[in-house]
Amino acid sequence: MISLTSPVRTRAHGWPAGIKLAALAVATFALFLIHDLWIMAAAFAASLGLYALPGWRFFRAGMERLKVLWPFLAILGVWHVVTATYDEGAEILLRLLTTVGLANLVTMTTALSDMIAVIRWLATPLRRVGLNTRAMELAIALVIRILPTLIDNGQRLSDACRARSPRRPGWRVVVPFTLLALDDAEHLADALRARGGFLENKET
Amino acid sequence: MERNVVLIALFTALIAALGLVPKLTLASGIPITAQSLGIMLCGTVLGAKRGALAVLLFVVLVAAGLPLLAGGRGGLGVFTTPWAGFYYGFPIAAFVTGLIVEKWNGSNVSVVAGVAAVIGGIGALYLVAVPYYMVMKPAGLGEAVLTAMAPFMPGDLIKAVLAGLITGALYKARPSSVLSRAKAA
Repeated sequence: MISLTSPVRTRAHGWPAGIKLAALAVATFALFLIHDLWIMAAAFAASLGLYALPGWRFFRAGMERLKVLWPFLAILGVWHVVTATYDEGAEILLRLLTTVGLANLVTMTTALSDMIAVIRWLATPLRRVGLNTRAMELAIALVIRILPTLIDNGQRLSDACRARSPRRPGWRVVVPFTLLALDDAEHLADALRARGGFLENKET
Repeated sequence: MERNVVLIALFTALIAALGLVPKLTLASGIPITAQSLGIMLCGTVLGAKRGALAVLLFVVLVAAGLPLLAGGRGGLGVFTTPWAGFYYGFPIAAFVTGLIVEKWNGSNVSVVAGVAAVIGGIGALYLVAVPYYMVMKPAGLGEAVLTAMAPFMPGDLIKAVLAGLITGALYKARPSSVLSRAKAA
């Protein structure tokens, strides 16, 4: 699976994920309060500077991530040109690029395991009131394990469909695809239960 | 219990897998993916609570940095655009969709699921996403409808119809698999 984390290790990888997330929240909130075009442009330039700090490879990988924004930027751009609200449009586009850019920086410099640790910590109040959050942690692991199998199944089903019909396999494949997955889920649940389950009779 | 957790994880993965289905690009230039079909199916097949949990898990994993969104997107950046209301609205959309399928005992499952997908997967979703867009961009109602709603509407209608047909077919093949309709569960 493609990863969204950075191709190179940066100093920011070592910082606590919770602090990076908190800083991101503060920065994003502040950007929504700023309504001065020049300050906004400076903030955008600063975020580009942060991308450039760890070197050229990091910068390129980061810009690659931001490229997916262009249809959205195009819609906004067209709207503000048509309504002749250029200053407001420029401010909104810069804010969008800066907030997404900063958030993307946190994602690029934080390992998935650190993020899951933060999610676990955020779920602490749920554990206090007696909810078992192990189910959630197991579900996360299951998703990561099941997904490649699902993709494989889907590939085989559409191959089988193509072998029998000249038409493109369309939405019809989704029905056997989901059925297969549901059957697998029953087996998986049985297997988990046969191994003693993972939730009942276990105090954490 | 194990079964519910496995099913939730499975449908979370299913939403991600549907994001890989080659996308159509509408005349408006906005890519239409099968991903929101997955959101609707979570509601129509799993029912309100399990469906909403599966979608919530999906959104949490995207935020944690897994590239599960269509086109291999993901990470925190997704949640700071004015369109992020769609992602916050996803679990609510699945919940409303599931609730309608659970409560409305119409005889034709395809029709019930299709209508539920329109009300939940489109109605409830836009009820969250459009006001969010208006506040975060900021924009007026007219602009929000034009730039946040209209581009996605045709695709979403097609997907609601498909969600209905698929749920109907699943119900025919394995009546017990459509949990929102299972009496004992």
